[in-house]
Amino acid sequence: MSWPKVLAGWLLTRVLGRARAARELDERRRREARLREQTQRHAAERAHAQRRADLLDRLERGQDEEAARREAAHALEHDHEQIRRRRAEPPPTIEREPVSSPRAEWAVILALLAMATGAVGFMVFYVAYPDTQLLGLCLGLALVFGGVAAATAGKRVVPQEQVAEPYHHHGDPALQQDVRAIVSEGRDGISRRKLIAGAAGVAGASVATAAAFPIASLGPDVGQRIYTTPWRAGRRIVDSRGRRLTTGDVDLGAFVLAFPEGAARDDLGAPIVLLRFDASELSLPPELARYAPEGIVAYSRICTHAGCAVSMFRHPSYPATEPGDALVCPCHFSTFDPRRGGEVLFGPAARALPQLPLRVGAGGELEAAGDFTAPIGPSYGGIRLGDEEL
Amino acid sequence: MRRRLEAALAFACALGAVLLLAAPGPAQDAGGGRTVSEPSQPSPGLVAEGRRLFLEGCSSCHGEDARGLPDRAPTLVGVGAAAADFYLRTGRMPLPDPQQQPRRTESFYDEREIDALVSYVAGLGGPPIPAVDPASGDLAHGFELFGEMCAGCHQIVGRGGMTTRAWVPDLQQSAPIDVAEAVAVGPYVMPVFTGQLTRHDVDSLARYVAYAKDPDDVGGWGIGHIGPIPEGMVTWLLAGTALVLTIRLIGERTTE
Repeated sequence: MSWPKVLAGWLLTRVLGRARAARELDERRRREARLREQTQRHAAERAHAQRRADLLDRLERGQDEEAARREAAHALEHDHEQIRRRRAEPPPTIEREPVSSPRAEWAVILALLAMATGAVGFMVFYVAYPDTQLLGLCLGLALVFGGVAAATAGKRVVPQEQVAEPYHHHGDPALQQDVRAIVSEGRDGISRRKLIAGAAGVAGASVATAAAFPIASLGPDVGQRIYTTPWRAGRRIVDSRGRRLTTGDVDLGAFVLAFPEGAARDDLGAPIVLLRFDASELSLPPELARYAPEGIVAYSRICTHAGCAVSMFRHPSYPATEPGDALVCPCHFSTFDPRRGGEVLFGPAARALPQLPLRVGAGGELEAAGDFTAPIGPSYGGIRLGDEEL
Repeated sequence: MRRRLEAALAFACALGAVLLLAAPGPAQDAGGGRTVSEPSQPSPGLVAEGRRLFLEGCSSCHGEDARGLPDRAPTLVGVGAAAADFYLRTGRMPLPDPQQQPRRTESFYDEREIDALVSYVAGLGGPPIPAVDPASGDLAHGFELFGEMCAGCHQIVGRGGMTTRAWVPDLQQSAPIDVAEAVAVGPYVMPVFTGQLTRHDVDSLARYVAYAKDPDDVGGWGIGHIGPIPEGMVTWLLAGTALVLTIRLIGERTTE
């Protein structure tokens, strides 16, 4: 005997009392005897199925046709007899025990209602305060309570049965009938059936509705937001602290994050990066060549692949051994060439980083000379290639 | 009894997973740091010693006149003391192979030799070693600046990572002076940030980098501070264990 069993036996006699331990032992013996009997029966059934398969085989090959047919008819009769017998009297090996108690039923009902509450909470936070952690917590709690309800119902509400079954042939209408009967027998001994069904309905409907809620994120609220940006000709450029930037603020090799003056910064189209190059190094598309004052270029900070912030700028201090200034997106390493109009050098992005035409305003301050050259943000459907008009 | 134990274990795992998911990022702390002052005026003897060491250890790539060799190494004229001090003190130079990416290692030279080499390179012109005092920096401000300018590559708690064709070093061993020099020099493929930063900004950044070496993980276990993917994997591992234990708890096993 291994030590866990010794320990378990000791605990059983200590904690539960000898009488109960004896009862449990007795029950276990009975269960084991039952299982032995079932095993024997299954072995007989398997032998029978094997005989039948052999018969079919012989029939197929056309041997002993007459005898085989007789035997087959006999076997079929045997099958039907079996099914009839099983249906006439539930097999004695099935031990049913209706376990439902008001306490367990209320526990299931409460768990289901808690599940519904979690789902409702998801919907409320989605509308009122869409914090992803709260949304996740609500949905997670709803699913946990759903699991608790299902587990409690399975163990403490529906009747408990001990049965071992052989593998059946599928498609037998009589067996299908059996299954239906078994399912409807699952209601035995449960007194708050309607309430439980109602609570399950409420919980299911709430979770389904909660799951459908985020569809609103695709809806009318998005509108033209992804096609319009705050950038206009003459819009001043400020740094993250709101200071207007001049050409002197962008050094060679610097990586300057900037925004449109007087516009929302969390707008997808707002953030840009400013870089300066030696004018001879730049090889921009002809229509943009004159919008890079003193070699300063601006690009959208939002990657055209999946919309992450392009927050890496590799600026080799010795280009001879380590070539290429490049803007790199940290999510999937899409790499863009800022000296060549943001064209893709590497990675999954399918189109160039949109460039913002720049000019120098009245007081030497940098300003936009228009909107981006291409739609900003991730690519999909119609704007995948970026050659559509805005 | 065992079921009780399993139930408790499953619950503990689930709770752990929930707490991990809900754990917020790094927060405030009263960090400190050491002050690094500028070196005093170098003596001619020191410069001569630097020149000798340069010819011995550096000139095969940077050339005898320190103006670089084509397709091998850049000129050192105009890089200044900041770059020389940064590369030498962090062991990034000398490189065993000029094609390699410089990585932080044990410094090849001792302190005096570094002083000599830095004095020699400083004599070729360029910016001096910057002064930095993290104690006078503002941690929250440093966090903001780090998020805006550095975290894209170095990751928000300075654990490094990679960019196209280069590793990004972690900042676990970076002294405040390393931070100040790096933002001024833009070593290897790093951009230059000095133009955008005031002295106070640099102090704040250095203070944040010092803090981020051992950040205050409010509400959770940092899992090496290496980002959301390992955090997610640990969460899945705990959640998976909780699920298996729950299944054991719900299911029944009979012996045949």
